[in-house]
Amino acid sequence: MLYIKCPHCGLRSQNEFAYGGDASVKRPELNKEISDQEWDEFVYLRKSPRGKHLELWHHVSGCRQWIKVLRDTSTHEIFNTYKSEEKVG
Amino acid sequence: MQKYSFLSLIKNAFSGHKGWEVAWKDPTPKKEYDVVIIGGGGHGLATAYYLAKEHKITNIAVIEKGWIGGGNVGRNTTIIRSNYMHDENGLFYEKGMDLWRSMSQDLNFNIMFSPRGIINLAHSDAQMNAYARRGNSMRLNGIDAVLLDREEVKKKVPVLDFSDNVRFPIFGALMQPSAGTARHDAVAWGYARQADSMGVDIIQHCEVTGFDINNGKIQGIKTSRGDIKTKKVGLCVAGSTSILAEMLNMTLPIETHLLQACVSEPIKPILDHVVTFGAGHFYCSQSDKGEMVMGGDLDGYNSYAQRGNLPTLQHVLTEGIAMFPFLSKLNMLRTWGGIMDMSMDGSPIIDKTHIAGLYLNCGWCYGGFKATPASGFTFAHTIAQDRVHELNAGFRLDRFSTGHLIDEKGLGTKTWIS
Repeated sequence: MLYIKCPHCGLRSQNEFAYGGDASVKRPELNKEISDQEWDEFVYLRKSPRGKHLELWHHVSGCRQWIKVLRDTSTHEIFNTYKSEEKVG
Repeated sequence: MQKYSFLSLIKNAFSGHKGWEVAWKDPTPKKEYDVVIIGGGGHGLATAYYLAKEHKITNIAVIEKGWIGGGNVGRNTTIIRSNYMHDENGLFYEKGMDLWRSMSQDLNFNIMFSPRGIINLAHSDAQMNAYARRGNSMRLNGIDAVLLDREEVKKKVPVLDFSDNVRFPIFGALMQPSAGTARHDAVAWGYARQADSMGVDIIQHCEVTGFDINNGKIQGIKTSRGDIKTKKVGLCVAGSTSILAEMLNMTLPIETHLLQACVSEPIKPILDHVVTFGAGHFYCSQSDKGEMVMGGDLDGYNSYAQRGNLPTLQHVLTEGIAMFPFLSKLNMLRTWGGIMDMSMDGSPIIDKTHIAGLYLNCGWCYGGFKATPASGFTFAHTIAQDRVHELNAGFRLDRFSTGHLIDEKGLGTKTWIS
């Protein structure tokens, strides 16, 4: 069982959360011409690292906020959690 | 190579089983090979076997970080099928079915192929319609498919829950009678033994640490046991693909995820087929030892840990008990996990890359085991001829950017919910 510290609600079990994938992926800016390659990178291509991974989780059975979680993909250790708008340093 | 037969068994029984040769050697890596296959799993070994057998290339090394049979080829639920709707998948996997049927003879190794049939349950009229459509597409591609009604399913699998008070009543099923199971580690061992006998070097406990690329051409690889020169490299590393891709400065349309499987304690024969749940993701068959072999969903988050987590197991087994109420009375014998290379449309990738001499075989999602022979056969062709075989022409790496996705299950880009 993973235990994730929601920045709004505190420590909760993974059963309350839904996974949202790589949080480092950025949607291309809408107010400029977007190439096929940029769309490809945004929609399909993922680094999928072994080790530290910044990812989105949705506290769907709690406060319903999206949060960011810094987690190790080989040990499942969770280093830190952040509010969605928070800068990750 | 020593041939395995009834006669050789008797002969060795009388000499105290001291006359058996090793199944494959443990060579020191040479300085140079014509082809290097990275990954000594089912796909890598099958690729080496077909390169030697079909294309007469035998100066090959198969580089394996762990040991033969220790990865996904020994961690799957052994199901073999070709019940796909789209031509790209159907024809590819049906080629695999042909190879499975003759594999024990071809490899002189009993892989215990058991074509017991797979039954995909349907739980609504709409699902029956969808299965009728899939079955028709399969038959057009020469794959056997039978639509079963509720009574026919009841006759074949009486232990399913047919009571009135169930959340997902069984309306019928789509069955592929020629599908089945095989002993998975025998597949790895059989391919390894034959490849070795044709001159392939199987190098275990050897980790790839880098690539030597010059002018967009592959020149060699760096490993924990020294550098190896080669003009052609095939990647067959399933869940570890993204790690090697990072060394190659490539970003791929796959994510690595964790998939669990489990077996119950052995019981008397009760289930003759492979059966899948249609209202969720659960599949079950009974092994020759009598264990119920079960699996289902991914754990749902990026992971390189080859071990699972309990919430997913509980979720999967809840579906299992909804199908087979008797499962709740069984003890669990073993659970384990493997790491899957989940592609963005649920279909695999077998293709050349932008680096000359580098070939990619990945994206097998839940279904790598059944693809083993067809994957090896087409990947060997792709490497030897430097062009794709017609059977893997659809499994292009660039299909995501060009929009030619193989939309088998209507899967989107969220690999963890597919």
